[in-house]
Amino acid sequence: MSEYASAKPMLLQGNEACVAGALYAGVEFFAGYPITPSTEIAEGMAREMPRIGGRFIQMEDEIASIAAIIGASNAGLKSMTATSGPGFSLMQENIGYAYMTETPCVIVDVQRGGPSTGLPTKISQADIQQARWGTHGDYTAITLAPSTVRGCFEETVRAVNMAERYRTPVVVLTDEVLGHMREMMVIPAPGEMEVYKRHKPDVPPDWYHHFEITPSLVSAMASFGDGYRYNISGLTHDQDGFPTAQPKEIKEKLDKLRTKIMRYADEIYRIRTEMMEDAHVAVISTGTVARSALQAVKMAREKRIKVGTIQPLTIWPFPDQPIHDMLKNVKKVIVAELNMGQLVQEVARVAPRTCEVLFLGRYDGEVMAPQMILDKIREAVK
Amino acid sequence: MQPQVLSSEIMHHYLRPKKKFPNVWCAGCGNGIVMGALIRAIDTLKYDKDEVVVVSGIGCSSRMPVYLDFCTLHTTHGRALAFATGVKFAKPRLKVIVITGDGDCLAIGGNHFIHACRRNIDITTILIDNKIYGMTGGQFAPTTPGGAFATTAPHGNYEKQFDPVKLAIGSGASYVARGTVYHVQQLEKLIIGGLSKRGFALIDTISNCHTYYGRMNKEGDAVAMIDAIKKQAVNIKQAETMPPEKLAGKFVTGVIHEHDASEFCEEYESLMQRLAAKGR
Repeated sequence: MSEYASAKPMLLQGNEACVAGALYAGVEFFAGYPITPSTEIAEGMAREMPRIGGRFIQMEDEIASIAAIIGASNAGLKSMTATSGPGFSLMQENIGYAYMTETPCVIVDVQRGGPSTGLPTKISQADIQQARWGTHGDYTAITLAPSTVRGCFEETVRAVNMAERYRTPVVVLTDEVLGHMREMMVIPAPGEMEVYKRHKPDVPPDWYHHFEITPSLVSAMASFGDGYRYNISGLTHDQDGFPTAQPKEIKEKLDKLRTKIMRYADEIYRIRTEMMEDAHVAVISTGTVARSALQAVKMAREKRIKVGTIQPLTIWPFPDQPIHDMLKNVKKVIVAELNMGQLVQEVARVAPRTCEVLFLGRYDGEVMAPQMILDKIREAVK
Repeated sequence: MQPQVLSSEIMHHYLRPKKKFPNVWCAGCGNGIVMGALIRAIDTLKYDKDEVVVVSGIGCSSRMPVYLDFCTLHTTHGRALAFATGVKFAKPRLKVIVITGDGDCLAIGGNHFIHACRRNIDITTILIDNKIYGMTGGQFAPTTPGGAFATTAPHGNYEKQFDPVKLAIGSGASYVARGTVYHVQQLEKLIIGGLSKRGFALIDTISNCHTYYGRMNKEGDAVAMIDAIKKQAVNIKQAETMPPEKLAGKFVTGVIHEHDASEFCEEYESLMQRLAAKGR
């Protein structure tokens, strides 16, 4: 029996909460490769998977890990892998394959400093744009970024659900500090959170098209061995998965990859706000930085500064309209992140003209202390 | 019924009616011969078409699955075995076959190849070995002989060759064979042997690329190249009686290696049973 099937409060690491979330969401296949600071996820899966009748395999590298979970997903199992920067880079080609073949799967990227080997044991948020644009070609990505241990659990559940719901890879972005931080949490009881079950075809095999363009845009998905025979290819393909060079079919396919996600954007977005009701200044941040931002805002409120926080838990697709609306009455917005300016590009793109966008970055391997954000807030209201 | 009619019936039973023929291969390519042998092998074994998964990477040979009426997965360059590992491990009852080329399997996919052999996972791999990259237009491969010409070896190849058979044996595969596109009946038997073996099976299949390799190395057209393959091939039983000097310039065909070893998915299954028995 799984050690996470407990109603008692548990002291869990962010990485362990990702494991618990995956189990809760019904993940039955994990393939991975050791890499700091994500390894505890693979270790947890190695312990848990054989206990619950699921499958764990340590592959020869990250390229093979993502390949194996895509294979397993097409054989019918909810699948996941976990890695960090260098491994996330290695996975990019096959993540593109998952977009193109509309294969549900979840990739947890526990961010560390980069580029290259960078800072294996130190925090960063420099993979934000990579999560959106990492593989070549046009596609629309879903990426979720929690900031607490409980959040790691919830966003992993949500990621698995969305991967299955929209037939797409979903990335969960955490970071070194969040992955290794411990907090108390109670695992939700079965049924407390929704668990989405993959939509299977209800037509006979002769009527089945693996990539059918349906009104909902998300095709039903058979698995190998279900009695349906079809082709899956990373080549741009028609609704039966056969390679195509027809401009009409090419455009239809690419439009589908975008629209099947953007049509459901309102279901996908999740944004947490604090003290925004009367705020003249807002702080936008994600992940671990959102914790410091909340603390800084509380400190600023004690000094009677009207400031609030906006934390997008869904960072891709970036919640353009909701963020725009939230900034309508805000004079200045500070975007705080552990990189040289990635999320700030999105905020600058969507902020109303009446709102000045300020950037606060840190990229020396250390966390963003609340005091740094507080100083920036005070500078903004001077 | 005439054998030809019977053969056509079998072929049409396993080819996709919706797929647009003709195929992408050059006239005279060995890939079609291998596809025919694979179809007859599967027909002999009476596999349920719904239970067969054919996985491939990128390259001329990797275009094969799209024509076959099974569950087919055409993946990224070099990674077919990693995808296939996921499919097989997720649903071990499926018959998983990988079609790959020498560049796909031994260069970009070399790491996955040795590890699939090491795990001894029950996947049958047909490596169509034509000593060259065909789809990209004739660059040298890890199997191109020293001195041979290719578009990226315009002055002659100064690298050494991989021997996929030795590589597979050294890495732990349970069944390692070599066939050719000339010896079609033998090839069919070797594929049947590989599919019937529990564990990883490699059928290294010597084929011709007259379009690039043959032209650049003055080895003639498809017929001339397949004739040369016929002359170079020595059956393993015959080879055992021949002195090494007589084997120079030739290659050995047949089942080169076979051993029984535990299979990856079975090992995992027994691990799960052990844990269940202990109540863990």
